Amino acid sequence: MDFMVFQYPMISIQACLDGILLGILFALIAYGMALQWGVMNIINIAQGDLVILGGYIAYFMYLYGIHPAWGVIVSPFIMYFVGVGLYKLVINKVVDRDLFISILATFGISILFMQLMNFAFGADVVLANSGYGTTFLFDSNVVLPNSKIFSAFVSIVFAICLVIYMKKSKLGRAIRATAQNARAAKILGVDTEKVYAATFGINAALCGVAGALISITFTIHPYMGLPYTIRSFMIVIVAGLGNLPGVALSGMGLGVFEEFADYILGTEFRIGSVFLLLVLILVYRRFKLSKKREYLK
Amino acid sequence: MNKNIILYAGILIFGIAAPFIFPAFKVQLSILCVLIVLATTWNIQGGEMGYNSFGNILFYGLGMYLCASVQVGMFFPLAEWTESGGEKTFVHTPAQFFQGMAAGLFVAAIVPTIVAGLIGYSILGLRGHYFAICTLGLGVAAGEISGGIEIIGAGQGFTTPPFPDFGGLEARGEFFYFLSFFVLVFTFIAVRMIYSTRFKLILNAIRDNEDKAEAMGIQTMKYKIIGWMISAFFCGLAGGIMGGLVGYIDSTDVAFDGREMGVFMVLMAILGGKGTLWGPIIGATIFHIFKEGFWTFFLGWQYVALGVLIVVIVIYFPEGIMGWLREKYPERFGEVIDEADRKAQVELK
Repeated sequence: MDFMVFQYPMISIQACLDGILLGILFALIAYGMALQWGVMNIINIAQGDLVILGGYIAYFMYLYGIHPAWGVIVSPFIMYFVGVGLYKLVINKVVDRDLFISILATFGISILFMQLMNFAFGADVVLANSGYGTTFLFDSNVVLPNSKIFSAFVSIVFAICLVIYMKKSKLGRAIRATAQNARAAKILGVDTEKVYAATFGINAALCGVAGALISITFTIHPYMGLPYTIRSFMIVIVAGLGNLPGVALSGMGLGVFEEFADYILGTEFRIGSVFLLLVLILVYRRFKLSKKREYLK
Repeated sequence: MNKNIILYAGILIFGIAAPFIFPAFKVQLSILCVLIVLATTWNIQGGEMGYNSFGNILFYGLGMYLCASVQVGMFFPLAEWTESGGEKTFVHTPAQFFQGMAAGLFVAAIVPTIVAGLIGYSILGLRGHYFAICTLGLGVAAGEISGGIEIIGAGQGFTTPPFPDFGGLEARGEFFYFLSFFVLVFTFIAVRMIYSTRFKLILNAIRDNEDKAEAMGIQTMKYKIIGWMISAFFCGLAGGIMGGLVGYIDSTDVAFDGREMGVFMVLMAILGGKGTLWGPIIGATIFHIFKEGFWTFFLGWQYVALGVLIVVIVIYFPEGIMGWLREKYPERFGEVIDEADRKAQVELK
């Protein structure tokens, strides 16, 4: 236990800013999760592994001498096709089944991806150096890498673009219609199969963007996927499906929580505290709902 | 009934004779027994009660750490033991080893049961996939947190006491085999007894429709907690044995290994057929044979194979082997088929 964070206000400011910038990234991943959950009624455990895969694409561009920031453009394109392929191979068989089946099937995909990435890219912790330098605030007491600011900015831009796309475009309308009532949408001539494939592809593309940004700002490792899945799941259940400002806010909240947990409990308990927070949130929601004799649906 | 007794006697005799018939596979057979125990008891709340948990690994890992800690801590200072790592500064005498093991297994079975009872009320109020994700989180959190605790070895792991030396007699394999086989028989008898009572019907009612079960006047929460506690009891026991068998405990790779053991128990039960007595046993046996084959011949690719296996089993065999058999030969399962009805169905096909 280390309470230095409360004695020195500068450390608190540092943790808050770090957490908010990190949380915006989480919110982007959670947005993809909420999208597929709402539309296809699937919980994708492999979400985090798609993120890491997107990160490796940016990392490879960096290895071949291209600036990794271009990964933000390239990675979603590749990941879109990975997502559609994954949908055609596996996900379309679990879409209208029990949710547990989808959890287990995507768990299998997650293990598969983890190990394939381990073979392909090695088990080292890597990062793509963007060379953006750092910003110093408050007499250089607070240090912010510019890459973090860049990644938060890019995430916000992508999120806004996607929201507009969902509101205005034809596909976006079809996706929203399918989310409301898949059967009715089918009757009215929406090719739901195509919509599902596109949804999963868009989700994977969002993961690709987030992964590319994570490879610039933080580190990536083949086995680091599951915490990202859990974080996005947590953000979605706190915010609720289809509540975008809520997703952004709870994402930032989670980021700040993590930074503080890191300072107070120590880095070795960081992931553990995230998972424990998930359990606590679910239990809290359960008790709150059970007063009304309801349960989480 | 008569046929059943012959079957059970045959299996029992085979079980006792197995380590002498296949002396090279003693460890594998012991692991098989542990896997069957895990799959069978996962099935109590996963298959019969309909609460699909990824978190039974919590009790398994807890049992593993507790058994080893008690076995060491009864006679030697625990902190020094873990600090010395693999170097054997302290040696258990045979009497100490067995006393410690017995006490350790007792604690390893009781404490997870209590833990399940304590957290059961909060967690079993969640339903469906929320329960699944919540228990997944519990298992991973337990692994991450135990990896940060110094007294049980933190990141470097915990060496369990080595089997004592009886003047050159190699009895380690036999000891662990018969221990795990005994636990398997005990589990089977207990589960069979449970399944023949009203308790099983209550669990099934909860699985089929919890709200209606509650409306019928069943205190569902009470029975859900009891079901989970039974599961936890055997998981802890299995974990304790597995710790001694492996000889080395690591927080995320051996004890709270959600990626392997935590998924294995779900997979074995589903492969064999959820909600049946024999399904998990058959599933575990087939899975173990498959897994050992993969692990030996596809070294390095085992997780790829595992991932593909999970996807294939879940998508194509969600009913499992017993479910498939049941569809094929419904009479064997005591289902009475109306002859006219069947003819009509055949004609329809």
